Amino acid sequence: MQSIIRQNGHKPALPDFRNVGTILRILIAVNAGAMLYALAREPSPGRLFAEWTAATAAVEPYLFLVLATLWATSPRLARMPLRTAESTVVLITVIAGIVAFQTNRLFLPVVQGSVLLWLVWGVIACILLLAYFELRTRALSPAIVEARLQALQARIRPHFLFNSINAVLSLVRSDASRAEIALQDMADLFRVLMRDNRDLAPLGDELELCRQYLELEQLRLGDRLTVDWNLKSMPADALVPPLVLQPLLENAVYHGIEPSSEPGTVSVNVFLSRGEVHAILKNPYRAEGGRHHSGNKMALGNVRERLALHFDAEASLTSRVTKEGYEVHIRIPYRTAGPDASSDRRQNDAAPVPERARRNANGASRRVPSADMNALVPNPNHA
Amino acid sequence: MPDSPLRVLLVDDEAPARRRLRDLLDDCATALPITIVGEAQHGREALDLLQSAQADLVLTDIHMPDMDGIELARHLLKLSHPPVVIFTTAFHEHAVQAFEVNAIDYLMKPVRVQRLLGALQKVPRLKPVTIERLSQLPSTARRFLSVTERSRVVLVPLDDIVYLKAELKYITIRTALREYLLEESLTKLETEFGMRFVRVHRNCLVARDFIRGFERRVNDDGDSHWEVLLNGVPESLPVSRRQQFVVRDVGRETAA
Repeated sequence: MQSIIRQNGHKPALPDFRNVGTILRILIAVNAGAMLYALAREPSPGRLFAEWTAATAAVEPYLFLVLATLWATSPRLARMPLRTAESTVVLITVIAGIVAFQTNRLFLPVVQGSVLLWLVWGVIACILLLAYFELRTRALSPAIVEARLQALQARIRPHFLFNSINAVLSLVRSDASRAEIALQDMADLFRVLMRDNRDLAPLGDELELCRQYLELEQLRLGDRLTVDWNLKSMPADALVPPLVLQPLLENAVYHGIEPSSEPGTVSVNVFLSRGEVHAILKNPYRAEGGRHHSGNKMALGNVRERLALHFDAEASLTSRVTKEGYEVHIRIPYRTAGPDASSDRRQNDAAPVPERARRNANGASRRVPSADMNALVPNPNHA
Repeated sequence: MPDSPLRVLLVDDEAPARRRLRDLLDDCATALPITIVGEAQHGREALDLLQSAQADLVLTDIHMPDMDGIELARHLLKLSHPPVVIFTTAFHEHAVQAFEVNAIDYLMKPVRVQRLLGALQKVPRLKPVTIERLSQLPSTARRFLSVTERSRVVLVPLDDIVYLKAELKYITIRTALREYLLEESLTKLETEFGMRFVRVHRNCLVARDFIRGFERRVNDDGDSHWEVLLNGVPESLPVSRRQQFVVRDVGRETAA
């Protein structure tokens, strides 16, 4: 379970109890519940705060105990059928409730009610929250489909497709082998664009896609486009939403390079820092008329939305204009497929490994290090 | 005329696109005598080339840096023998509609050799499109104004213009360095460039970026009026009574 929403199919599933967003939602809900409880017992504003403090003080250790247990058992729960997993969560709540009640009696002098009442409250809260998360998952699943469709529309401008075909045509007579490579790059690019992109995919693949895309742009734009890759500390095995970087690079070229006849540099810097994958993309900023900006906002909004669907509050996308140009910064939690990677994800991802064999001797574009470097088989046609 | 080859200028910011057109024109050469008089990367370069070279046809891309194809076509009309313009475009849905409506010739990229040949054979019968039809095309505001001086087309970058003043038949363009005479309508310029200029008088548009401030002047018979002070030029310009609100509005912006 790599994302807060299960990727394959539309079956509702438990939320990821290790996701900050999930934990935050539980904390807020329970404390709001405690506030309601206090309000019911003591409506006068003077005493309300004291009552609420007392209620939360009693509830909080219980809550943390449950959250800690769920954190620990999250991978196991994810593998169970939904109803079994939900029953297990309720059972955890009951056991943790008994433990917390006994501990509270030791440390807090005034503990009201019986252990039974205490457990009833805990189980009610637990069931309500489970119901909420299930509803939320159901509500979001069509949103993922929707996001995919949106992504299809927002990605790859037709302008790029036709200009690229035109550029390849210009090569056919003079440099047939370069035309071949360009067509292969285009095929790979469009294969990814047209497949089902709901599942997370390795970052190495995404960067390879970006490289192929930028090679095609370089074919059209020649010296006007320089790409500065900085991928030395990139975790190629990190799982990211497919097409998370490519649309942003397309923007960088469209807004930063194409409007000017002066050469410009697009820089791509991807690195791992404190358990998070960071990607910083920079391009020259051209203060153009309002014409381009709506398109830019659409692509940013699209990527931001997909990040939120996959990672909730743990991922972010920010953009700003600096002295050097326009900068987009993406932050994604570092997750890998791990040994127990679900097998169906692999199947969806069965697109052939892009051909990395021959590259033109362009110093600026470096080969992208990838998780599966053993796929580096030179193409026999060009050998 | 039938024997002299068709003189063609290619304009596209992408080198492969120019090479492709060159290849296709070579293919057409068996059916029709053609000479390629030059290649340019954008509109401004094309205009420079056409100051010295003559062309019957300009094949130009639309989406280009510095000066797009549509603006180029507008400036080309200032030449003493304006060439015919055919646009080449990869994908511009709206533009294509506008082309159809205004009967302006265009070719879709990738261009087929038969289509190109068909277009080339029509050229001797075609007349340059009119300003009116060109201005129907969805284009951004021009980046230059063009004036004809001693049968040469001179481009005045919009960024250099301090003010535009209507005088009799002409408009005077004032830059920090000198003045130019332009045959256009002040109202149309005001609409085209919108926020860039502010009208201070019935006959005068001033570039916001050059406004230094306003000054109240009292003349001999005790009447007072506002004058706008400008960066880059020594003279100041009167603000008419009807446009006095400008003093407040622009004054607030410059203060902020």
